[in-house]
Amino acid sequence: MSINQKIVNDFIKNKIEFVTTVPCKQLAGVIDEIEASKVIYHIPSNKEDEGMGLCAGAYMGGKRSAIIMQNTAIGVTINTLVTLIQYYNIPLPMLISYRGEIGEPVACQVEMAVHTKALLNQLNIPTYHFHTQSDAAELDAILNHSFMAKKPVAILTDASFWQGA
Amino acid sequence: MIRSDVLKTLIPMISDQLVVSNIGLPSQELHLLDDQPTNFYMLGTMGLSSSIGLGLALAQRAKVIAIDGDGSVLTNFGTLPTIANNPADNFILLIIDNGSYGSTGDQPTYAGMKTSLAKVAEACGCDNVVECSAEDTAAAVQAALDGDKMTIIVSKCESGNIKVPVIDMDAPVIRHRFMAEVSRRNA
Repeated sequence: MSINQKIVNDFIKNKIEFVTTVPCKQLAGVIDEIEASKVIYHIPSNKEDEGMGLCAGAYMGGKRSAIIMQNTAIGVTINTLVTLIQYYNIPLPMLISYRGEIGEPVACQVEMAVHTKALLNQLNIPTYHFHTQSDAAELDAILNHSFMAKKPVAILTDASFWQGA
Repeated sequence: MIRSDVLKTLIPMISDQLVVSNIGLPSQELHLLDDQPTNFYMLGTMGLSSSIGLGLALAQRAKVIAIDGDGSVLTNFGTLPTIANNPADNFILLIIDNGSYGSTGDQPTYAGMKTSLAKVAEACGCDNVVECSAEDTAAAVQAALDGDKMTIIVSKCESGNIKVPVIDMDAPVIRHRFMAEVSRRNA
């Protein structure tokens, strides 16, 4: 089973039926897998805060939701994370490509990478960093944790993680 | 007619419907006029009423009315292509277009100048776009509720506000009672 299939299988196991995505090169395979899934409604969004609105609505409609995005989106979505997702106690797993880490070819991506964990920490968002493929063994439990706690969680997946794909 | 006058005319038809209401005065006015567990009040996060409404409509069967403002649609323009390409026939987006940022002191928006939100919605691919006067809004909303097609209504009204108290209900309480209603309607 590919890592992309494993991720989507864990989503389905945790009854996630609604996923919004804003693409990143590293996430292309998992986005294809989401699109191919018959269980998950895939709704691409134009901006990540819009995507979080869609997820909040779907959750209130009885469908567990998740967002797949790049770490640059943390800069875009702080207000939405705080005043919608956290304020209303809405669970939201965020599968995030952690651009700007070791192996990154684009220097500008490092500028956001150096702030990513600090921002998530400041927002009190439980954060998990997947560096090797074996780290994904914990994904099922992390997703479960998000819905149990009704909180957003961040799963940062770096270039080393995806190179093993 | 200003926004609160339009909302007043809508109460008989939306009182028992799932309503997602925009941040600031629109939510406060709706709360004052007709507080219902079927109302989801946004207390923050400008721009996302239409996105929350669409997500909700796609996830369950009951009709959903998202009340949005011209300023909020302008700040989340990406919502219109997403709505157009993911049609939910139980979804009505009502944009109260008073040409101003009402909650922040009635500064003018571009929708009150050269930009037509109805034309933008059409250009984004939304099939069923209705632009109407404030006076005709209730009839347009009723027609949308009676039909089974996703509808975008742009209600052109005057700028202006009434004095309303803030909503002091806690956000998780708003969500919790709203979700109980959603699940009752889908039982």
